[in-house]
Amino acid sequence: MSSPVLEVRGLKKHFPARRRLLGGTATWVKAVDGVDFAIHAGETLGLIGESGCGKTTTSKLILLQETPTAGTISFDGRDIASLEGPDLMAYRRAVQVVFQDPFSSLSPRMRVGDIIGEPLEIHTDLPRAAIGERVGKVLELVGLAPDVAPLFPHEFSGGQRQRIAIARALATDTRLIVLDEPVSALDVSVRAQIINQLEALQRTLGVSYLFIGHDLATVAHISHRIAVMYLGQIVESAQSDALCARPMHPYTKALFAASLPSHPDDPQPERTVAGEVPSALDLPSGCRFHPRCPAAMPICSQVAPTLRRRDGDGEVACHLYD
Amino acid sequence: MASRAPVLQVAGLQTHFFTFGGARIIKAVDGVSFTLREGETLGLVGESGSGKTTTCLSIVGLLPRAGRIVGGRVLFEGEDLTRKSQRELRRIRGRRIAVILQDPMASLNPLFTIFRQVAEPAFFHQHLRGRTLRERVQSLLRAVRIPSPEWRMREYPHQMSGGMRQRIVGAIALAGGPRLVIADEPTTNLDVTIQAQYLDLLKDIQRETGVALIFVTHNLGIVAKMCDRVAVMYAGKLVEQAPVRELFDDPKHPYTRALLGSMPKLGNKEPLYSIRGQPPNLANLPAGCAFHPRCPDVMPRCMSDEPRDVVLGDGSVARCWLLDDVLTRS
Repeated sequence: MSSPVLEVRGLKKHFPARRRLLGGTATWVKAVDGVDFAIHAGETLGLIGESGCGKTTTSKLILLQETPTAGTISFDGRDIASLEGPDLMAYRRAVQVVFQDPFSSLSPRMRVGDIIGEPLEIHTDLPRAAIGERVGKVLELVGLAPDVAPLFPHEFSGGQRQRIAIARALATDTRLIVLDEPVSALDVSVRAQIINQLEALQRTLGVSYLFIGHDLATVAHISHRIAVMYLGQIVESAQSDALCARPMHPYTKALFAASLPSHPDDPQPERTVAGEVPSALDLPSGCRFHPRCPAAMPICSQVAPTLRRRDGDGEVACHLYD
Repeated sequence: MASRAPVLQVAGLQTHFFTFGGARIIKAVDGVSFTLREGETLGLVGESGSGKTTTCLSIVGLLPRAGRIVGGRVLFEGEDLTRKSQRELRRIRGRRIAVILQDPMASLNPLFTIFRQVAEPAFFHQHLRGRTLRERVQSLLRAVRIPSPEWRMREYPHQMSGGMRQRIVGAIALAGGPRLVIADEPTTNLDVTIQAQYLDLLKDIQRETGVALIFVTHNLGIVAKMCDRVAVMYAGKLVEQAPVRELFDDPKHPYTRALLGSMPKLGNKEPLYSIRGQPPNLANLPAGCAFHPRCPDVMPRCMSDEPRDVVLGDGSVARCWLLDDVLTRS
């Protein structure tokens, strides 16, 4: 396979939590703690996990909203931490984001055309007319009429607003879009429209996605590969089909067990995983999942498992497969 | 289950909102009928703005000021709730009917301890005091699986996780020993694992107490997991009502079919079926069948005439001209 568009190696982000009296930090929240993944051109990587497991922090690191504590993020083979000036602008142009709630991610005081045109104004020196043309083009790409450009966001429904957010993300020559739960806030019937639209855009434009979500069925539908995160680490990753056909990590299995049936006669799992995600302030020893794991062994509380190759494809970090 | 006594019978319920001094009438609920029996779970499904929540608020008499029930009856254990005064309703709510809302942080008062909030229904309705009250609260918290309730009940909502808060709201709902619990999207803000735990908990409680449940949701997965019967709402009307298996195996209304088709399924990568267009604006409904602008099977008469309820053999009721033709042909 060709070299990846985005490659993340040993990524860590620790936030200071409690400070000692005379400076210095007593505790750290290890929001992201050693994460590796790669996204290729035209590929979708799904990132799933419960809230508080570091999905959003990972996306913020990629979007340069946070600086990593350790590790590298490379884009087209170049470490993004070293980018400056025009190269940095080029990176910001190539990597865009769509947030969960289209009601708060679009400014109510800006017209749709200005919202979508803003990145073009910042990143290009196109004349106004050319910007207007480009805005019309991306609006058509996402299935809206070009003549909605002079309207305000409040004149649109949730699904249409999310299309506007996607259009904004596509306005520059985007190579990677971070989609942070883009359909969770939408109605079911509209959700399918947006998912289909995103898949169609990927086919025509070859753009890559990092799709963050917690609904397994949706993530599995759109993603080529899936990485499962738990408390700042990836516990299992594989091709989407392989992962769905045979989840190996007990946490992945728990997520599958907790996912809702698509028919009343679907076999229902006896009991799903107990308890909640422990606080990232006070991480369990050994394997971070061991207090909730139904298959925990004595070694699990002592030694942290490392990622090893899964059968067939992908990687899993669990002592069961040592 | 048909032999059990009906707990709730809603017949032809119409709730309209009067805005601009009555100049504009919004028919949020327009002729909704269903029956709920003891120990049964009804899923009320629809998109936002379809009238699910207004239906529930009408049942318990908690409509906002602009809303009024203009027709129909709500028979709860034989009594018509639409004719009760707020005073009488207050004695029913929290005791015989309980409501669980979507956002637990908004349903809990951040300034009061968990004890005070869970104790309230038992304090007012059952007049429990002192040790009996404390024991009652502890047993309620235990019933919703709050660990070490004797400690936890002295804490405040902000000290709990989202899943725990929602379970506390569940404990408050159970406090009066209700016959009917209305749960309005109670798991929307929860993680999938916590959602699964919460749904299992509700099912266990229902098995123990025989309480009837109305589950308002737009997630058909929850319906498949939880419900015995399903009522699908669109633009203020029930377009289809059926036992859960019939609805999933043989949906009658094009809207139900579309909803089922737009659900992503594990292991299936086919493009999802997507319903074109947007949910309609209730202030400006299309003529005829409200679904006709989005319907894949639209016929000329759908644009002018409103379809009627058609009762089918398998216990389904649906409102669509396609079925009318089936009936007249047979």
